[in-house]
Amino acid sequence: MKTLLQNKPNSYCETGNYHTFCPISCVSWLYQKIEDSFFLVIGTKTCGYFLQNALSVMIFSEPRYAMAQLEEGDISAQYNEYSELLKLCLKIKKDRHPKVIFWIGTCTTEIIKMDLESTAKKIEAEIEVPIVVANANGLDYSFTQGEDTVLASLIKKAPLRKKNYLNPTTPQLFLFGSLPNFLSTQLSLELSTQGIKVAGWLPSSKFTQLPSIAPGDFVCGVHPYLSRAASTLIRQRKCKLIIAPFPIGPDGTRAWIEKICITLGYSISGLKEREKQIWNKLVEYTNKLEGKTVFFTGDNLLEVSLARVLTSCKMKVCEIGIPYLDKRYQAGELELLEQICQEQGIRMPKIVEKPDNYNQLDRIREFQPDLVITGMALANPLEARGINTKWNVEFTFAQIHGFGNSENLLKLITRPLSRTEHLVHT
Amino acid sequence: MKLAYWMYTGPAHIGTLRIASSFKNVHAIMHAPLGDDYFNVMRSMLERQKNITKVTTSVIDRQVLTQGSGNKIIQNIIRKDKEDSPKLILLTPTCTSSILQEDLDNFIKKSSLETNADVLLADVNHYRVTEYQAADITLKQIIQFYLKKYISTTRFQTKEPSVNIIGAFSLAFHNQHDILELIKLLTELNIKINLILPKGASVEELEKIPRAWVNIVPYRETGLLAAEWLKNLFNMPYISTTPLGHENLANWIKELEYCLNSKGNYNFNFNNFIEYNTKFNSQSFWFSRSIDCQNLIGKSAVVFGDSTHVAAITKILKKELGINILWAGTYCKSDQKWFHNTLRKYTKNIFISENYSVVERLIKKASPDAIFGTQMERHVGKKLGIPCGVISAPVHIQNYPIGYRPFFGYEGANQLIDMIYNTFSLGMETILLEVFGGHERQVPDKVSFIAQEKYAWTKEAEEIFAQIPIIFQKKIKQQIEKYAASIKASLITPEILYEAKASVTKG
Repeated sequence: MKTLLQNKPNSYCETGNYHTFCPISCVSWLYQKIEDSFFLVIGTKTCGYFLQNALSVMIFSEPRYAMAQLEEGDISAQYNEYSELLKLCLKIKKDRHPKVIFWIGTCTTEIIKMDLESTAKKIEAEIEVPIVVANANGLDYSFTQGEDTVLASLIKKAPLRKKNYLNPTTPQLFLFGSLPNFLSTQLSLELSTQGIKVAGWLPSSKFTQLPSIAPGDFVCGVHPYLSRAASTLIRQRKCKLIIAPFPIGPDGTRAWIEKICITLGYSISGLKEREKQIWNKLVEYTNKLEGKTVFFTGDNLLEVSLARVLTSCKMKVCEIGIPYLDKRYQAGELELLEQICQEQGIRMPKIVEKPDNYNQLDRIREFQPDLVITGMALANPLEARGINTKWNVEFTFAQIHGFGNSENLLKLITRPLSRTEHLVHT
Repeated sequence: MKLAYWMYTGPAHIGTLRIASSFKNVHAIMHAPLGDDYFNVMRSMLERQKNITKVTTSVIDRQVLTQGSGNKIIQNIIRKDKEDSPKLILLTPTCTSSILQEDLDNFIKKSSLETNADVLLADVNHYRVTEYQAADITLKQIIQFYLKKYISTTRFQTKEPSVNIIGAFSLAFHNQHDILELIKLLTELNIKINLILPKGASVEELEKIPRAWVNIVPYRETGLLAAEWLKNLFNMPYISTTPLGHENLANWIKELEYCLNSKGNYNFNFNNFIEYNTKFNSQSFWFSRSIDCQNLIGKSAVVFGDSTHVAAITKILKKELGINILWAGTYCKSDQKWFHNTLRKYTKNIFISENYSVVERLIKKASPDAIFGTQMERHVGKKLGIPCGVISAPVHIQNYPIGYRPFFGYEGANQLIDMIYNTFSLGMETILLEVFGGHERQVPDKVSFIAQEKYAWTKEAEEIFAQIPIIFQKKIKQQIEKYAASIKASLITPEILYEAKASVTKG
């Protein structure tokens, strides 16, 4: 069943039978990030059930999201989708006063071919609140790619800035990818120590403060799963994409800043030292990881970046499972991984796209890795079989970007190993 | 379309999967898009399952949309048959598959030609039934299938009186403790257990069902359909009383006595057993008569949840403890007639709703001394400052305790009375504290954090600091200043702020 993709000998594609979160889960972090937003997920009880259980406590804090739950009449087109959605959006407007409403299309809206885009245009005019439509469905995407589809749609709403003819030589730099404000400020600061000013972030913490982008501006992503957003910026907004590794781990953060500096023509100062300094502080963790083996079953597209950080920590990566690998958007990341492998004189780890969990369990049995990074469906059963696991969803919600959070990241990864050690010693 | 934030019951396929995953050798294949297998996460997390949940997905993706899912489903069924050799593969439709309107029945017929396992299509409609109803339907469907298959095998009743318990499910509220308590009760009564269904049973064993004298269905939501069918076909009586609370428990035992006596040459009399256990073995009967519980008389409560638990617990609150029931409600719409009839005696206000905001509004309006409900009502209680005891699904991980916490039987009655008493007294304690001026509280002063300090802060640093949630600000500020002191800085800049954060995350 395994087929060789392209010319890279270490990249395979399996059956796509794997556990992952539905991409609508992105509302959980995006409604928090975009403070004046409201997210309306247009789907069924299945979607609602997933969200309410996956979001857990968040549900009780009156989140700015809701389900537009489809009934049999909606499916058989007895009800008119325009008037149904108008009714709901008017209620949302009255109760919550959002500055923007996001409609999240799901599998069902896709299959019954609801034309959300054009309905949104009509309703937008009627209720005088902008509506952004994103199709974050499980037919096409997995987990974090939900954010990608939302950002790609959001970019279309960002104001256009005419080129500044007074100062045409300096195009601006915009970063894209949702991070808590505290974190995005930290990354902006890292760039400012090199003299680089970040002109804005997508998404901004308020819809009303979306940055205005002009053709020719530079953009750079902070997450590995934003390939649609990237291509929208390139194709529709005529931006120049800086393809860099992602600022995860000391190595990634250094390479990310470096690449931005080089592209924008800034000289690099003190970065290598900074990275070294951070690594030195992390010796306690890297000692624990060195020589150990790790297996990624794959579910959130952060896998290549995490595998790269762990390779830098001298862990041996058995397999990088990943839902989807955009080799162009992740080119910087893949190059960095290759470079680190070369420096250490080891082979590139095998990358398995659209993995098959069942086959992976066989390979895990064979490899007996020291650590498996995997979803909750497999974590307890693996632990019961004596295999250390780390729940991969935590990497999506924890702060792992930038130099300052490298320790956080390694702490997450070493925790299962420390726990096992602790249980053995006590 | 309706606007919904929260639901009391899950979609139909969850009910089907709960039944399928309860059996020992059944594998369910969901016909669903990627990400709909959240059931596996819940089972592995809430029940802390050591084994991989026997549920896989035949993924609906773009290709399936254009080419149909026939071949893919058939291949997946055959593959699973080889890999796991289950006895039954249950193809489970979801909301997505139900609108594709493919001939799933045909795929099943085709694939079953090539499998050792039996292959069935779960007969549930996503848009018509809830999680509980789907579970009820699926359980009946599986039992029917196997009894029809083995109908030729001679049927005989066990020599000694025996029962089937139809009510052991995965992901059900305090279920494994309840079932243990039932087993204990039946053992003490000297009644044999023929089969426990569906959890832990293998499908081949289902042919043994008709051997039992009586079927016991302790939870109304799931099992009644099967019990009714078995009654019609094999003349097996069933008991649908929930053995929860002293009165129900006594009725349950008397019904059992009656059913057993009617089936054979026995002359059981369990009266002594009931009296001994109620008065001497159980603590709760005495507890509710002790002086402390006098204070509960006239206190008010509202009760909401599934019909089984609400009905039984309302009865206990009213009859055993003298609590004034302001209203009782359930989200089990399909059982509303029974619910009304049962609870009429205990409260004037009965309502059925699946909408949590209606429930919230009614709680606010009634403003009871205590709430007994689901996790959602617990949070409403938190918001309104009313204590809440959780008595029904939907629930969180804390409602899957590892300690022994049955709701059924005499031990269940003990547990329940503790819970009720604690819920009320917690509310009393809070009120008394307020009356006497409350805890000595140190209210953090939001404004003065930054203003009058020995460290100067740059404007940027203050802005970043303001992004930190207020409850953490005081502690974090101390750490920042400690860090600033350690590097002898006098001006707090954003850099120092982040360095300070990095310096304390260690360990």
